[in-house]
Amino acid sequence: MARSISYREAINEALAQEMERDSRVVVFGEDNVGGTGAPGDIDAWGGVLGVTKGLYGKFPGRVMDTPISESAFIGAAIGAATGGLRPVAELMFIDFMGVCFDQIFNQAAKFRYMFGGNAVTPVVIRTMWGAGLRAAAQHSQSLLSVFTHIPGLKVAAPSNPYDAKGLLIASIRDDDPVIFAEHKMLYDTTGEVPEESYSIPFGEANVARDGGDVTIVAIGRMVNTALEAAAELAGSGVEAEVIDPRTTSPLDLDTILESVENTGRLVVVDESNPRCSLASDISASVAQEAFGALLAPIQLVTGPHTPVPFADSLEDLFIPDVPKIVGAVKTAVDWSK
Amino acid sequence: MTERIQKVTMPKWGLSMKTGKVIEWFVAEGDTIAKGDDLADIETEKIAGTLESPQEGLLRRIVADTGVELPVGATLALVAPAEVSDEEIESVVAEARAQLESGELGGEDEPAVRTAEVDGRSISYVTLGADSGDDGGEPVVLVHGFGGDKNSWLFVQQPLSESHTVHALDLPGHGQSGKDVGDGSLDTLAGTVLGFLDAVGAARAHLVGHSLGGAVVAAAAARAPDRVASLTLLAPAGYGKEADVEYLRGFAAASSRRELKPLLGRLFADESQVTRQLVDDLLKYKRLDGVAEALAALVETLLDGDRQAIDTPALLAGVSVPVTVVWGSADRILPVPDGVTLHRVDAGHMLHMEAAGEVLRQLSL
Repeated sequence: MARSISYREAINEALAQEMERDSRVVVFGEDNVGGTGAPGDIDAWGGVLGVTKGLYGKFPGRVMDTPISESAFIGAAIGAATGGLRPVAELMFIDFMGVCFDQIFNQAAKFRYMFGGNAVTPVVIRTMWGAGLRAAAQHSQSLLSVFTHIPGLKVAAPSNPYDAKGLLIASIRDDDPVIFAEHKMLYDTTGEVPEESYSIPFGEANVARDGGDVTIVAIGRMVNTALEAAAELAGSGVEAEVIDPRTTSPLDLDTILESVENTGRLVVVDESNPRCSLASDISASVAQEAFGALLAPIQLVTGPHTPVPFADSLEDLFIPDVPKIVGAVKTAVDWSK
Repeated sequence: MTERIQKVTMPKWGLSMKTGKVIEWFVAEGDTIAKGDDLADIETEKIAGTLESPQEGLLRRIVADTGVELPVGATLALVAPAEVSDEEIESVVAEARAQLESGELGGEDEPAVRTAEVDGRSISYVTLGADSGDDGGEPVVLVHGFGGDKNSWLFVQQPLSESHTVHALDLPGHGQSGKDVGDGSLDTLAGTVLGFLDAVGAARAHLVGHSLGGAVVAAAAARAPDRVASLTLLAPAGYGKEADVEYLRGFAAASSRRELKPLLGRLFADESQVTRQLVDDLLKYKRLDGVAEALAALVETLLDGDRQAIDTPALLAGVSVPVTVVWGSADRILPVPDGVTLHRVDAGHMLHMEAAGEVLRQLSL
């Protein structure tokens, strides 16, 4: 029925449809056009992995290249948002976000609050996250928890093309600053995506698979790995429910709690470093809210507390995989007091 | 002799169905079966349904084990007279297994989803059975209800297409049609159906409408009786004043799975019909731009306060085409009205999904 397109194409289509619908939407970042003077549609890089390719040809003047100065253009995007535009800024790798923490944490996230609700900051910061691209320690981090920690920011981390389009449209229409985190290993994955515009509400988890024995909460690319693990577990008679929160701020804790109340077991899969992470946050909330329902200790499957290694073999070891998830599920299912 | 062996195959329920599983057989080898007998429960990605026997005879072999996912067209069972030898039966079973292993089944193209322009709106539809040619130029047009779409006819369109050209359309605001419903009035929707007849070149048609769609086709017949060969109204809106207002308003407003799923159970006599796929498909529909506004406008058409606003019998007062009314006796959305000549079937509001076989038998086309 619906056609199948890639995660990259879904994001591009969301940008194009929102730019068409609302002339206040502007797009900029490093190499978004393809270098000053390039004709755009033909020669454009469209960003480092080609996500904005073709937009310049459709919307000349509303897609811009920026200098390699994240602190400047993220600040510009936030300022433009307070001034009435709806900018979508591309900050290549989430790892580079550190140089603009003041603009994001102390300005964008605080305006609505500090001006008593009289100011809105409808900015979207698109950024790539996650390991797996052999891009070493400075281009492979999963820093979602850093942004999830800050009130005033919204954080989306789509795991598939359908969610990518709907969440990006929702992000652009949202009056609050949104960190839109695109997992770099998902750009070539494909799925059914409606041609029409649609928006997926923030704070509404997707139950990617039904199951009654264990709840697996997974984020971003790990949703696919968790689904593979669930398929393998089904072969040994263990039915896993796989929950994709889709947005980490706001987080749909209700759907997770409802599931855990039914299964009694929770495994959280997140490729981030484990300390002060989404995995530890979700497990703490479930332990607090649904302690009585738990039949086994909550299991966390995360990266280790190290930078992402450059050696292929070590990077593969860093990222949670199917055997690790299956092992964690079996630990939970086989637990006896 | 093998032509005396008839195959019962995996049906194609709905445009997107590629595979199904037999959940339970209701018949055993050696049983004599009649047309319309319940043979098995079959589950697809979207819905579970009961396969009714398309033929009569002696059930010689059950080929499909329960719980195994099989492509559309796969052989499920063999029917043959007693004098056909076991060897012949075995050879047909072997052929069927070879066909399954070859992977040639299930690869058929989905029927094309087409688009017609009607009153400046893009109307999406699917036509089946266009080559049958024996409907006297009077095709069947299936019109879904509030919040539904053309896929809700999944158990009906295919069987009907064996004898008729059958169009299933998406009303404005629904499915893949344009989401602008204008004033959302019954007249606007009826105009869409009549405009659709023009677009597909049908001078007259048999109109089948479910729920809101029932009132829509009645309004179309009231406006242009000469365009309508017959009316079949399945749990139509506008008979009596009672309705599950909480469902209608709740469906229009729901934006999450947790809000929507409990409401959807009310559509069926058997709530297990509400699969995760059904909920997901409806949520995906409801998230499309323009749908919330369209549904809100249509609620205004359907309801006047907490009562139904439409008076369908009044629309039909001056219409002389044959009218058949069919209702699910366990309908919780629009309760079975008193004092109306109608056929009852054992189902909830979604009678064409839950009791498709019975509904098909009531159609007088």
